[in-house]
Amino acid sequence: MQNKSNQGGGTVGDWINDRLPYRQFVEDQLTGYYAPKNFNFWYFFGSLALLVLVIQIVTGIFLTMSYKPSADGAFASVEYIMRDVEWGWLIRYMHSTGASMFFLVVYLHMFRGLMYGSYKKPRELLWIFGMLIYVVLMAEAFFGYLLPWGQMSYWGAQVIISLFSVLPGIGEPLAIWIRGDYLISDVTLNRFFALHVVALPLVLIGLIFFHLVALRQTGSNNPDGIEIKENKGPDGKPVDGIPFHPYYTVKDIVGVGVFLALFFAIVFFAPTFLDLFLKPANFIPADPLQTPEYVPPVWYFTPFYAILAAIPDQVGGVIAMGLAILVLFAMPWIDRHPVKSIRYRSFLYKALLMSFAFGFIVLGYLGLKPATTLYNELALRFTEFYFMFFIISWVYSEPRSRNYYYGAFAIVVALIAVIDLVRDMAGISWIALLVMIAVTAFFLLLPAHTRLNESKPVPERLTS
Amino acid sequence: MSNGVDNNRRHFLTVATSVVGGIGVAAMAAPFLASLRPSARARLAGAPVEVDVSKMDEGERITLSWRGRPIHVVRRGEDAIERLGEIRDRLRDPDSDSSDQPEYAKNEYRSLKPEYLVMVAVCTHLGCSPSFHPDPADPAMGSDWPGGYFCACHGSRFDLAGRVYRGVPAPTNMDIPPHRFVDDNTLIVGEDAEVA
Ligand code: HEM
Ligand code: FES
Repeated sequence: MQNKSNQGGGTVGDWINDRLPYRQFVEDQLTGYYAPKNFNFWYFFGSLALLVLVIQIVTGIFLTMSYKPSADGAFASVEYIMRDVEWGWLIRYMHSTGASMFFLVVYLHMFRGLMYGSYKKPRELLWIFGMLIYVVLMAEAFFGYLLPWGQMSYWGAQVIISLFSVLPGIGEPLAIWIRGDYLISDVTLNRFFALHVVALPLVLIGLIFFHLVALRQTGSNNPDGIEIKENKGPDGKPVDGIPFHPYYTVKDIVGVGVFLALFFAIVFFAPTFLDLFLKPANFIPADPLQTPEYVPPVWYFTPFYAILAAIPDQVGGVIAMGLAILVLFAMPWIDRHPVKSIRYRSFLYKALLMSFAFGFIVLGYLGLKPATTLYNELALRFTEFYFMFFIISWVYSEPRSRNYYYGAFAIVVALIAVIDLVRDMAGISWIALLVMIAVTAFFLLLPAHTRLNESKPVPERLTS
Repeated sequence: MSNGVDNNRRHFLTVATSVVGGIGVAAMAAPFLASLRPSARARLAGAPVEVDVSKMDEGERITLSWRGRPIHVVRRGEDAIERLGEIRDRLRDPDSDSSDQPEYAKNEYRSLKPEYLVMVAVCTHLGCSPSFHPDPADPAMGSDWPGGYFCACHGSRFDLAGRVYRGVPAPTNMDIPPHRFVDDNTLIVGEDAEVA
């Protein structure tokens, strides 16, 4: 086929293909790219993340055309977009809803990775690029949140930048360097605008490119956690694979349809989404002299914010929060169990992962609420559990002797007890401490005496 | 030497080029990173502010802006000043040893004149501006409340001299800015007093 056009004649497509080999590209990446045949619901979210990215970039470009990045003009220009620019409200609400949906989609995407062991060999780098995307996405959202220059924008940024000034020695100069001023000002707004609109989107697109190149190299994992490349037919194609196009392009379009229906339902009927996506205080212009009654971060930061607030020591809280994110990067080396998918892992590991997800949601809820004694206690305990997840995953990585489980149990309980002893709060809550010990015993003593931590046999072929 | 190629020389040139190029990139990065520091204009914006305190009532507070930060001036009454001495053991840093204030304000009142508190009303935890609750036994603050400041962000408490309570997230007392009195009625924030 390719030679035909060289001899003259041929179609426009041939002419182009001789100069830009798009047919090879389509063959390599779509029609000849074989993906496992058993993708389920959880595999929608990668392509949905790409969709949201496109929505954010397009709406963002149009917002930039009417937005003014200055302390004097920013708030008014957002009001102007909402009231006077034709369809401006739609563009803005799509962008603000898109930000929250981006995180929702990415959280589900990451949870899929945790469930099916998609971070394990050979997909460690794919996972790390994913985590880098996640961190950059958080920075992107943080910079964007200052732009409307409302009360929440201002004081939210104030609190987050102050986190850096806590670092001993370099902290205060670092915070001044980030702000470009001694307080959050016009200068800060201007540079956040540059980062939000130009710098980080470029970084994000670059990282997503590497994410996808790494994905194409290893191929997708799947809900059974079985490598389809290890079972190829006589034609060299994986027996349990189907071509990405047309099968998964069509499947993904269904996901896009359902997603867009939900997305626009929010945009049209609940753009503030119970004050979670847009806060009421942000409809008041920034006032550097007056803090709002309460300054909770946007919902997608609250789990980590709850960890920050749960630790009654300033530096300790910042370290714990940073660690809570960093530890996820190490997941491929923490959980080294040979069975990938949750389907064939033990009962106890399933319980552990589900409790982890539940705890993460509870932390997210607590991060939204003003601190009370009860909420503080809960936040501390769920923070302890958050970190325990990684320790227990490590312990579960291979079969252990009875004494190993006893030892691990003793160490975890000792860690919890030490935290209780050093904290400068209303004293130890004995009930909460006992519950923590019971949870630890459940996960670390049951494997020593029952068969609840035995994984199931993994089948040779995909099951469905 | 193999095939007329001097590998040592080639290796040396590769390393030398990389090192020189690396230094060039680092040198080029410096001005970009430095451009993010406060500009000359931002540094100059810290001009002192003058306030007339003659019309303040006892217990009254006025808010002004110096270097863009909220400055509170509070006129404390006799009894409020007295209560400052009674709560020492509930405070984390009653003598302001690890807090930030000019030398002339390192005393129980944390001010030049016991009557007037001049303070940067920024919580030393993560920078919210605490709210003013001057009345003793303010129902929102509990019956043993002697009057002071409450930071709603993460619940830090301070007394009427900006001194922080124990067991709250803020680590130190709120800052006292440089200030001086030109005469009995006029206060200048942002200039040091020449104290003996
Ligand atoms: C802008 C954000 C992101 C985009 C556009 C994106 C895109 C994609 C796409 C298109 C796929 C293939 C389809 C699928 O498996 O659903 C994928 C797979 C994957 N992504 Fe992402 N991703 C993003 C963020 C993340 C993050 C934050 C992580 C985790 C830290 C992550 C980890 C993974 C993993 C492990 C796979 C392979 C999953 C498997 O084969 O089971 N991604 N990504
Ligand atoms: S900022 Fe005041 S308590 Fe955190």
